[in-house]
Amino acid sequence: MLRIRRVEERCIAFAETGEIRAHYHLYIGQEAAGTGASAALAPDDYVFTTHRNHGHVIAKGGDPGKVLAEIIGRSGGYLGGRGGTFHVAAPELGIPHTSAIVGGSLPIAAGVAFAVRRRKGQRATLAFFGDGTMEEGVFYETLNLAQLWRLPLVFFMENNSVSAAERAGRGSPTSEHAAKALSDVPRAFGVETATVDGTDVEAVFALVRRLLERVRIGEGPFFIESRTTRWPGNYGAFPKLVGGTTDIAWALDAASAPDGVRAWTMESDPVIAYAAKLLWHGAIDAAALRAIDAEVRGEVDRAARFALESPLPQAEALAGVG
Amino acid sequence: MSVEVRAPAATRTLKFAEALAEAVDEICAEDPRVVLIGARFTGHTPSAHVMEPVTRKHASRIVWPPISELAYCGVAVGAALAGLRPIVEMSTATFSYEAVPQIVNEAAVIAAMSGGRVRAPVVFHMLYGIRGGGGPQHSGSPQAWWWNSPGLQVAMPSSPADVKGLLRWAALRSEGPTVFMDHQRLMELEGPVPTGRHEIPFGQADVKRSGGDVTIVATSIQVSRALEAANRLAREDGIEVEVVDPRTLEPLDRATIFASVRKTGRVVVTDESHENAGVASGLAAIIAEECFDALRAPIRRVAIPPTPVPYAESLERALIPDTERLVAAVRALR
Repeated sequence: MLRIRRVEERCIAFAETGEIRAHYHLYIGQEAAGTGASAALAPDDYVFTTHRNHGHVIAKGGDPGKVLAEIIGRSGGYLGGRGGTFHVAAPELGIPHTSAIVGGSLPIAAGVAFAVRRRKGQRATLAFFGDGTMEEGVFYETLNLAQLWRLPLVFFMENNSVSAAERAGRGSPTSEHAAKALSDVPRAFGVETATVDGTDVEAVFALVRRLLERVRIGEGPFFIESRTTRWPGNYGAFPKLVGGTTDIAWALDAASAPDGVRAWTMESDPVIAYAAKLLWHGAIDAAALRAIDAEVRGEVDRAARFALESPLPQAEALAGVG
Repeated sequence: MSVEVRAPAATRTLKFAEALAEAVDEICAEDPRVVLIGARFTGHTPSAHVMEPVTRKHASRIVWPPISELAYCGVAVGAALAGLRPIVEMSTATFSYEAVPQIVNEAAVIAAMSGGRVRAPVVFHMLYGIRGGGGPQHSGSPQAWWWNSPGLQVAMPSSPADVKGLLRWAALRSEGPTVFMDHQRLMELEGPVPTGRHEIPFGQADVKRSGGDVTIVATSIQVSRALEAANRLAREDGIEVEVVDPRTLEPLDRATIFASVRKTGRVVVTDESHENAGVASGLAAIIAEECFDALRAPIRRVAIPPTPVPYAESLERALIPDTERLVAAVRALR
């Protein structure tokens, strides 16, 4: 989780220096969902993600250097700079292709699950997507087909604009969707559906682990709604580091977070919440927490250096891929 | 209708639909990775029944999807990523319009985005063209859309031998996504088909008739119409037409087309899609750019005028780029 946070803080820096050439999307505030779900997956399970993919790739084991290099379009990136921030994928990690079109990955994920089932394989497929995907027709086509064919697939919907108070509730509608609760929709198709507080990494992990066991014995598909609360930096057209980079000391006293991010840090930050939980239970002490943070910062510094030192891809890279 | 093909020694005469069904049968038998998503390859044509024994024999290899073109085309892409070799049978080509995001913006870009590390060997089979009474929404010819989408291969067979050879190659050998377009009215066409595992690699045009005066570059059903036009022109005008069939638009065998154009200096390009930015236009542009010095007359296109295809037979007939229009176009070159 912390690794994802530090990589994405670096993305904002890369955008400010022009290394990121265009629009990009961050996963800050949703780290527990991707991390908890990925921790429950086997290494060769398939993951599909979206335009908001950085966290999912890292959670599945992605190398931060290769992720950052792809995000800034360098030859050392997972796709040699051809995909960029919208399309980070890592075939060797079970992430063969990332669509940045809303809903684009969903039927492809169903197709992978279909192939696994036809070959009587055990690999599960988990598809991350946002609540906006439920505004797309392809969502309904894919949900119907997956249920008709009983595909070994977990639909992992990340509703990232839920208020802190609503996260544990039945679900909140969005202004763009007519359903009272988005989780009502898959239930109407007969798809077993669970909701989870997406800022609680252990809850997500436990839920996904339980459902994956059932997916592997042919009980899929399943639908999860993970609810998180939007990070204040994610409101504009481009992400902004509201309140600066995360100070791990906020885990000791969330109220010490600066204006603009204080309430969110106290109620909705999954990284700070989990660090605070580990401290509370005595699993780590403050010194150990600082040591972990220093280690992650060093790792991400090295990753950023790798990305920046990686050359731009040459035009020959365009040949021979028709 | 029949097409003359210079075929190797051992052949039999089959209808286009029979050759297509034979290809599907062999493909399923030879490669366990092949799965069919839908299987009405012969549509509602008079020869539709030739698929029945094939679908019975390979029932376990066929899934019948809900009416969800967008989702099942995406499912095929995903299945291909996971190691299967899916063939999607979409029936009427206009149904593919519902699936454009998955065909154009997913299947087509995967290999390029991964530098060729990830491949999606999927075949989208569809029945295109003015089938007779299809009206504006069931007579579509989207081949130019696919040709305009880098990353897709586009096959347009004109004969029983070619449909078998090209479909076998697409399904069993190709590593990229293919849009495979059969004209609905070709199903009854008879012609020689080589015995055995006849395959035609993509990117090999075929000279369907030799001639020294005029080149007609013709795709799919336009090859039959061009051959009829050529016979008439030889008989009535003493004009010897060479008919070049690209067989695949992407990859395109430019060398064979250019060699014919350089020999004759006069060219008609014909395809049953619309004139405006259609396949005939694209071929004409390529020829003009590369062979301008060899041309002795402007290139002429014979395609569908830019209007939706109407239902009434009299109106429909007025739009078809038929033998008459090809004959007139060749005569106008003189």
